[in-house]
Amino acid sequence: MKAPAFAYAKPRSLAEALELLERHGEGARILAGGQSLVPTLNMRLSSPELLVDINGLDELRGIALSGGTLRIGALTTHSQVERSAEVRKHLPLLAEAVPHIAHVAIRNRGTIGGSLSLADPAAEYPACALALSAVMTLKGKAGERKVKAEQFFKALFETELKPGEVLTAVEFPVRQAADRSHFQELTRRHGDYAIVGLAAHRNAEGLRLAYFGAGATPVLARQAAAKRTLEEAKAALEKDLEPPADLYHSAATKMHLAKVLLERAWNAISK
Amino acid sequence: MERDLEITLTVNGSEVTRRVAARVHLVDFLREELGLTGSHVGCEHGVCGACTVRVDGDIVRGCLMLAVQANGRKVETIEGLTDSRELAALQKAFYERNALQCGFCTPGMLMAAQDLVRKGGKASREEIRAHISGNYCRCTGYQAIVDAIEKVMNER
Repeated sequence: MKAPAFAYAKPRSLAEALELLERHGEGARILAGGQSLVPTLNMRLSSPELLVDINGLDELRGIALSGGTLRIGALTTHSQVERSAEVRKHLPLLAEAVPHIAHVAIRNRGTIGGSLSLADPAAEYPACALALSAVMTLKGKAGERKVKAEQFFKALFETELKPGEVLTAVEFPVRQAADRSHFQELTRRHGDYAIVGLAAHRNAEGLRLAYFGAGATPVLARQAAAKRTLEEAKAALEKDLEPPADLYHSAATKMHLAKVLLERAWNAISK
Repeated sequence: MERDLEITLTVNGSEVTRRVAARVHLVDFLREELGLTGSHVGCEHGVCGACTVRVDGDIVRGCLMLAVQANGRKVETIEGLTDSRELAALQKAFYERNALQCGFCTPGMLMAAQDLVRKGGKASREEIRAHISGNYCRCTGYQAIVDAIEKVMNER
């Protein structure tokens, strides 16, 4: 199908973008990479009055290391993350996750800010953000605020972003020498939506198990992560997750697969 | 706010300027405004890959990028890469290996395959399959397509 008619604006500055978002309220949508938004327009699941194309905002680009934090600008594409030596070195979990996102042609356009803002529960980045204790920078006319991943993902496709706010960057604490991480995703074919996936990260503070495709949001399996043995962790996972069935997999199958991933991650990270 | 915008872009080496509705995606613009019908419109939601074109050197989904977003960019299509003979080896291999039946997916498949070929080096069948995983073929079942790409990559 073809998208309904809409107006288009490409602001030159963030201030101009925020002004447009405020003026047009709910009729405006932010266009970043467009790899999720444009399909919804083409299928007429969404019919905004105005698209605010933020691709002219260079301040939202780039990957920069500062202190113990790697800051990734919201407009950084999946391909740029994939090719980044800084990401490979400092955030190996993210580097492992990127090739699982869709396909090359989509990774060339899709952005990290777009993926986090959309908060698809089957997407890779939101789970990585949870596992790695990322912090999102949100800017609005009222100013800037920083929100931890744990507070950011609120419900199905719902985040802490308020109307008129733009996610401008995400900051990840960089990997320490003793940290271990493991990323896995089960799909029927490469690039499909996850049946279930797991972004696992262990640092000095403990183990974090962030599941995707296993609930309405990415889910931290806190009880499983606190256990000492794998068997205890698998049993506890039943309390952490309530995966919904999809067209092909029952909730029980998904729970079983979540335990399979837990076992793989547990073994890989314990080494 | 503008619903129609004037855009100037380079398509297969030629600069074009047109007034275009914001709602028109790139592949419709290429097909209907410029008559470049080699890029196909399949699913129109980013799944099938039939509309794959190159923008500033990177392959993209032509149905998931608005034509207005191509303003100032360099777009290359199957027509351009055929005329420049960049795709000649792949096209020959596809023909020789019967890597197409109806041909609907072939332009997008060639654009995706060439994206891997031009990186240089060799690739395993698994790597080839991963690279074309975003391009659907509903006739041949990929075996012959992977054969053709493998031949071009590994016999050079």
